[in-house]
Amino acid sequence: MPHDNHDTLSTSGHPYRKDDDTALSYWQVMEIAVRELLIEKGHITAVQVHDQINTMDARSPAHGAKVVAHAWCNPEFKLALLADAAQASRDMGFDIGPMHLIAVENTASVHNVVVCTLCSCYPRNLLGLPPDWYKSRAYRSRTVIEPRKVLSEFGVDIAQDVQVRVHDSTADMRYIVLPAQPARTRGLLENELAQWVTRDSMIGVGLPQAPN
Amino acid sequence: MGGDPAGDINHEQHDFALWEKRVDALMVLASSVGLMNTDSLRRVLEDMGKESYETMSYYERWIASVSQNMVEAGAFSTAELADKMAQVKARGATYGDAT
Repeated sequence: MPHDNHDTLSTSGHPYRKDDDTALSYWQVMEIAVRELLIEKGHITAVQVHDQINTMDARSPAHGAKVVAHAWCNPEFKLALLADAAQASRDMGFDIGPMHLIAVENTASVHNVVVCTLCSCYPRNLLGLPPDWYKSRAYRSRTVIEPRKVLSEFGVDIAQDVQVRVHDSTADMRYIVLPAQPARTRGLLENELAQWVTRDSMIGVGLPQAPN
Repeated sequence: MGGDPAGDINHEQHDFALWEKRVDALMVLASSVGLMNTDSLRRVLEDMGKESYETMSYYERWIASVSQNMVEAGAFSTAELADKMAQVKARGATYGDAT
């Protein structure tokens, strides 16, 4: 999304969120207290908290994009991905954890979109943390009743003869969309193709796009 | 929530603050040592009722749930939590001072 005031944006282009320079909130106090109690009682260590944040920060949609580009280039891998996306992603070296991951393929006749009506379940191991809108009441409520309208608000207009399938994630079952490879990318190398795979295209609210 | 009437989707994005990342990390780590799991996280979130979605942010709801889960799992007591929170609050006026 475009932002007007560059003075208030971080390098990632997002507004800074007030953090440790504003009045301490009740919930921040609770976070500090819970963390310190768990450390003092030996359940976890400060190093583990630090490492977990680093691991999380290192995850990004670029990981999912590599998986998608690999599937575009390698029909055998694509079959494996559609059969068991968690295992296929692990085979590429990504830590998927214990979750079930299902890849759903966009074709000329089917467009898939992913939502979590319950909360915010998301293939975070391949895409990083979910964007704010994914967690919003509006997206979660409306995607299951008027998916075509929601998609058009994201700039994706799906032809009436194309079926829209909405996948509702759960804690144990998460979905990632395998977008259709744009015709004009035929012949590109796998690492070039990965540049076309956007985060939104793997949620289903976007399509692959030429890199900037 | 799925299917309920709702307004426009807000596309604004914020960078996660350190305290929010820590809440996320605490959920993952507490789960990894068997003190909670995604289902127990959800159960407390749902017990908090609809109003919490209006009045609390995402990670505020999460830390409330993680904290409740830790008490239920016996990781610490409500009295220990209250004592610790009072200590933390007394350290300073900002998150940076208190952490």
